[in-house]
Amino acid sequence: MELSTRDRALLTALEGGLPLVARPYAALGERLGLSEGEVIAALRRLTESGVVKRFGVVVRHHELGYRANAMVVWDVPDDRIAEAGARLSALPFVTLCYRRPRRLPDWPYSLFCMIHGRERAAVEALADEATAKAELSGLPRATLFSQRRFKQRGARYGARDAEGRGRWTISTAA
Amino acid sequence: MDDLDRGLINALQDGIPICERPFAEAAMRFGLTEQEVADRIAALREAGFLSRFGPMYDAVRLGGGLTLAAMAVPEERFDEVAATVDAFPEVAHNYARDHALNMWFVLATETPERIGQAIAEIEEATGLDVLDLPKEEEFFLSLRLEA
Repeated sequence: MELSTRDRALLTALEGGLPLVARPYAALGERLGLSEGEVIAALRRLTESGVVKRFGVVVRHHELGYRANAMVVWDVPDDRIAEAGARLSALPFVTLCYRRPRRLPDWPYSLFCMIHGRERAAVEALADEATAKAELSGLPRATLFSQRRFKQRGARYGARDAEGRGRWTISTAA
Repeated sequence: MDDLDRGLINALQDGIPICERPFAEAAMRFGLTEQEVADRIAALREAGFLSRFGPMYDAVRLGGGLTLAAMAVPEERFDEVAATVDAFPEVAHNYARDHALNMWFVLATETPERIGQAIAEIEEATGLDVLDLPKEEEFFLSLRLEA
């Protein structure tokens, strides 16, 4: 969808998150010279169109005690990826699931998912369970635990530059 | 963080209502005022349990580029290369992982074309190859964790 000047102003105003007051959309509107109703209508439209993909709480998993997070990957034949992806995404402990390109010879894997847990052994058991339930047993697989986090930052939608383009960056699992 | 905070986080991970009084439902459920709900969220954010309370944007629908990138970094160069990579404003997060490809980061750029340029610049700055692994299909997205 084409973003209006108003949409861009709203996304920029939300960069720091929703104001933490009882009527946050009225507070946002006040800053932008919009009514509460106009802010709500614009945000609903941006959410329905998918520009805003989630509107909620984003937790820092490490701080919540999820010290073990693994990227689990399989080399799935192309004609089986869609079905395997659907099976994986139905599992409650799988938080993200993507098809990505292989980069041979270094990286033969085509299906990715993320599994978060409080303990490494528990995540390994879940990776085994995911493999079995998605019918991926016997296929090449790797489980990559995160060791250190260097950079994690919130999504930003900054001020517009000289050309009028909104400058933005985003934090999400790509 | 107490049980009430955990309950609030779990309730709001499914989404913040977009309506005049978005905290009213949670306030009623947990026996708080709306302002108390808002204050607890502010305190959780302050304490670092939440990285965000609000929208996550879809980079591609905003006209931008997004990819997952991986590098195989020699152990003795790891900190130096991490600093170089993190200095790029387009690098959204960066994790060390236990694999020959041991550095994994998300690149989010203003335009799709900028992804290739940023990768070339990172390769130039580090002397190492960068694998570009953009998503081709998404099967799910709900990063929900019980607090």
